[in-house]
Amino acid sequence: MNFYEQIALNKRKTFLLFLVFFFLAIAIGLALDYITGFGFIMPFVAIFAFIYAFISYKFGDKIVLAVSRAKPAVGKEFRVLHDIVEELCIAAGLPKPKVYYMPEEAINAFATGTNPNNASICVTLGALKKLNREELAGVVAHELSHIKNYDIRTMMIAAVLVGFTVWISDILLRSMWFSSSREDKNSLLIVLGIVLALSAPIVAQLIKLAISRSREFLADATAVQITRYPDGLANALEKIKLEAIPMRSASNATAHLFIANPFKGKGQFLANLFSTHPPIDERIKRLREM
Amino acid sequence: MLLLWIIAAIIVIVLLAFIFIYNSLIVLQRRVNNAWAQIDVQLKRRADLIPNLIETVKGYARFERKVLNEITKARTALLKAKSPAEAAKAESSIASALKTIFAVAESYPKLRASENFKALQEEFATTENRIAYARQFYNDSVMEYNTAISIFPNRIVASLFGFKPREYFELPEESRARKAVKADFSDLA
Repeated sequence: MNFYEQIALNKRKTFLLFLVFFFLAIAIGLALDYITGFGFIMPFVAIFAFIYAFISYKFGDKIVLAVSRAKPAVGKEFRVLHDIVEELCIAAGLPKPKVYYMPEEAINAFATGTNPNNASICVTLGALKKLNREELAGVVAHELSHIKNYDIRTMMIAAVLVGFTVWISDILLRSMWFSSSREDKNSLLIVLGIVLALSAPIVAQLIKLAISRSREFLADATAVQITRYPDGLANALEKIKLEAIPMRSASNATAHLFIANPFKGKGQFLANLFSTHPPIDERIKRLREM
Repeated sequence: MLLLWIIAAIIVIVLLAFIFIYNSLIVLQRRVNNAWAQIDVQLKRRADLIPNLIETVKGYARFERKVLNEITKARTALLKAKSPAEAAKAESSIASALKTIFAVAESYPKLRASENFKALQEEFATTENRIAYARQFYNDSVMEYNTAISIFPNRIVASLFGFKPREYFELPEESRARKAVKADFSDLA
């Protein structure tokens, strides 16, 4: 599959995943109304979600940069990095983001910022030392793709939806304690409601992780559209694969932003389902076929 | 009475669609123009670096006079060029003269090691990349625009208002860059 087809495929997948999310939320909302007969839970949920989203939107990138101990990349030793970023911004038609570095030995990078005019990218010192120019360009192109495709904003929306789902599933469960004894409800529906309330948070998380993986494939394909050189990124991923160094300042909250899963050496199948990134081998395979 | 309202609604919707399509075509067309101008920005950047390069390299006394003259001549031709065709010819002379300078510089170890020269090498390397990416972005913009004016229903609006397809940036047939590079290492043996 060439990168145009990859891009189209992953955009469709993301759309479908959000659709499933939406229906899940509606199902819970309907169950809630059926069981409680309340009408005013929604406004509280909406206000809460709005505040959460607003804070993430305004301060999200500063928070992420601080948590990752990122420092501005100033000085002669970052000359080539800045050149690469500027070159690729010409190819991508993007304004130049702020450039940071992380004092880490592992090869990794991330991008943050909700739109191309307020974006930042960060690269580890390990990446600058161990990657050649084409490989570094591939990694930077991948991060610029996240900015170009508004992935950071997408994942923020997904996170808010997960929070929302978790909250109202909880409410659903609690409300069943209070109302099931009073009215004559269909007990099958009650059971279904309980199953829904218990499984919804996990399903929501799985959907969010699936969206994240989809966006990673999309970022790989868009990176190739920018550089027209898939081997650059593929070779960088090979180098990342061979490393076994975990990162010191990654956390569960920021893991999805990095180019490669910062938590290495976990299990196999189950790990893939719960991973923010697709398996490296699959990513390399798709890149070599472009 | 109801029929009249329906017809009016349809007319309004069609008009809005026309406006929307026309505006998006204008935006794409402007992007193509901008992308074309950006290529010139990068070409100028390259030309502006040349005097600095000549100064740095001249100091290494025996540096081939002929090579330096070639690039000075090419840059003068660019500054004097009166038409896009003349400018393009001058640009390609500059490109090949630069390749020669950097190839010859390989055999001057002191020059190669100087910080100044290394910084210039990076400057030229990144400028060549920028020129290439600027052309790539121009071609991407042209593709987007040409597609937008060809698909249905946009093509109706396009032909009504005279939106014509734009040309891709392509190297001319006889251009040296098109010839396959022959690497001959026989004299290294």
